[in-house]
Amino acid sequence: MKVQITSHTAKRALLYVLLIAAAIFYLLPVYILIVTSLKSYAEVNLATMWSPPSGFHLDSFRQAWLGDPSKGTQGLSSNFYNSLKLAIPATIFSALLGSLNGYVLSKWRFRGSNALFTAILFGMFIPYQSILIPLVQTLQTVSRTTRPWINDLLAWKAPELLSWLPGLVATYIPSYGTIGGLVLVHVIYGIPITTLIFRNYYAGIPDELVEASKIDGASFGGIYRYILFPISMPAFVVVLIWQFTSVWNEFLFATVITNKADVQPITVALNNLAGSFIVEWNVQMAGALLAALPTLLVYILLGRYFMRGLLAGSLKG
Amino acid sequence: MRRRLDSDRLTAILFITPSIIAILIFVYGFIGWTGWASLLKWNDIAMIAKGKLFPNVPFTGMENYVRLLTTDQRFQIDLRNTLVFTLTFIVGCLGLGMLLAILLDQKVKGEAIFRGIYLFPMAVSFIVTGVVWRWLLNPGNSSTGPVGVNLLLEKLGLGFLQSAWYTNPKVGFIQPDSAIGGFLHSIGLDFLTTAQFGIPFAILSVVLAATWQMSGYTMAMYLAGLRGIPEELREAARVDGANEFQVYRHIVLPMLQPITLSAVIILGHISLKIFDLVSSMTGPGPAFATDVPAYYMFDTVFRGNHFARGAAIAIILLLSVAILVVPYLISNMRSEVKQ
Repeated sequence: MKVQITSHTAKRALLYVLLIAAAIFYLLPVYILIVTSLKSYAEVNLATMWSPPSGFHLDSFRQAWLGDPSKGTQGLSSNFYNSLKLAIPATIFSALLGSLNGYVLSKWRFRGSNALFTAILFGMFIPYQSILIPLVQTLQTVSRTTRPWINDLLAWKAPELLSWLPGLVATYIPSYGTIGGLVLVHVIYGIPITTLIFRNYYAGIPDELVEASKIDGASFGGIYRYILFPISMPAFVVVLIWQFTSVWNEFLFATVITNKADVQPITVALNNLAGSFIVEWNVQMAGALLAALPTLLVYILLGRYFMRGLLAGSLKG
Repeated sequence: MRRRLDSDRLTAILFITPSIIAILIFVYGFIGWTGWASLLKWNDIAMIAKGKLFPNVPFTGMENYVRLLTTDQRFQIDLRNTLVFTLTFIVGCLGLGMLLAILLDQKVKGEAIFRGIYLFPMAVSFIVTGVVWRWLLNPGNSSTGPVGVNLLLEKLGLGFLQSAWYTNPKVGFIQPDSAIGGFLHSIGLDFLTTAQFGIPFAILSVVLAATWQMSGYTMAMYLAGLRGIPEELREAARVDGANEFQVYRHIVLPMLQPITLSAVIILGHISLKIFDLVSSMTGPGPAFATDVPAYYMFDTVFRGNHFARGAAIAIILLLSVAILVVPYLISNMRSEVKQ
């Protein structure tokens, strides 16, 4: 009996040792990120890179955020704001579109709607390299029309009260090299995943509810507005988190479509920062932490919903 | 009543039409466009004709594909790299993910915290992952001494595990004069004893970073699956005298098979498309040891202006993903119709 208890205890101990070892593996990069970016310049030394910092120094963050004029390096602050300006509207439009599509494909099925849904889903798996050349060409063609509008807008002397307006509108006009162009791209290629999540969610809501409202005379819009939309919050949270994270973290579209530094999202700017030899590694680490912070915060605060989005990605969520 | 329903049905179709058109153009139309471009002799930016879909260049048929598959050294290396990356990445994520899920399934204290730690890398961009792991796996040089993980290993007394990581230009393959090499020669499989069918060591560093990022995902999938298996089933097996190992081997693991299939498809399409991580961590690497088709395509189109070659690479990439995903999508659709 005694032997059994010891072997049980030993097994539990081994279990926790393994779990903690795995946790150390996942946290190692986080440790180095935090430790490095909190060191003062005097402390940044390769031989002691694994040692904790002597105190709370923000030099590396300052340089990653604001840049270093003496070296001519740009900070990441404007790119951080670009990512916000990109991710927030792209996320909201994607969610609304996905919700409507999901509603139609679950509650207003028509002949071939399942095949249509599958055809839409395929768009989620394609390597974007296979649409990149036409995408750039199309956006450049669109630019020939919209670029003059943007230039006119920016040249317009708005009254002082409205001086922020032309810049804001110009930012969102779809074109090659604008945030608006990138928003459009993310909304379009976000259709499959957002439609999938909403369709699966609405499929779980009894058809009888919808049928009964139809008999009561509710219309297409009425059923959506008064019955489905009010109970859609969980699906909206999942989609908003999923899209925000994907758009914030996206790199390929961003690097191809935004060719100028002042419109680039943070992933592109971080990649450039890390690729430049004049930027010290502690500044690179601070930059990486800044780029990761918003999505990490979302994950820490709303992890439960994040997980649901992940599992929805495997179709039968 | 009937007319009312019909007009609503029309409204429904009207609302989904913009999305259908967008997908039709931006997914299927653009794929067709890329497919056509891959058949042209189009290797110069100056050939882009304003206001036209395609430049005025000769049609070359399959020439771009033939060139990639027969004489293009870089592409052959890329195919090998993708294969090695995909296999090791899938095996790594499935193995680690299942191990962690089973461990977490043992009524662990603080399960939510462990789960949170294993899964958080999913919330981070591949670019951040690449930047951090490039630094962690930096082998250092003669003037800096060991840095990053190598330095940590040295401090832990595990110096023998130090490696050149992603800067290692070596390719491991079966030597023709070894026993296995001799056997392969005797059955006419000589080609397997060449570097073309070897493992470039450098790419395993990228696989390590990718596994760090994605294994929590498989953990979450398996854990959800484990939680879906009724406890009575395991209890019944235990009553029949099965030990814990046998319960997993004969009851639990077979029931997780559909999850493994989903995971292979998800991980497979991610690894075939991998681009961001390679871009930020290594680029093409020593002797293209960490180059992949997705990176080659980007490089050759947006830096070299070889549009047709890039288009052909993209189509090959698309076909490889489609082989993996289309059967899955179709069976998914069929099973739903049955319900």
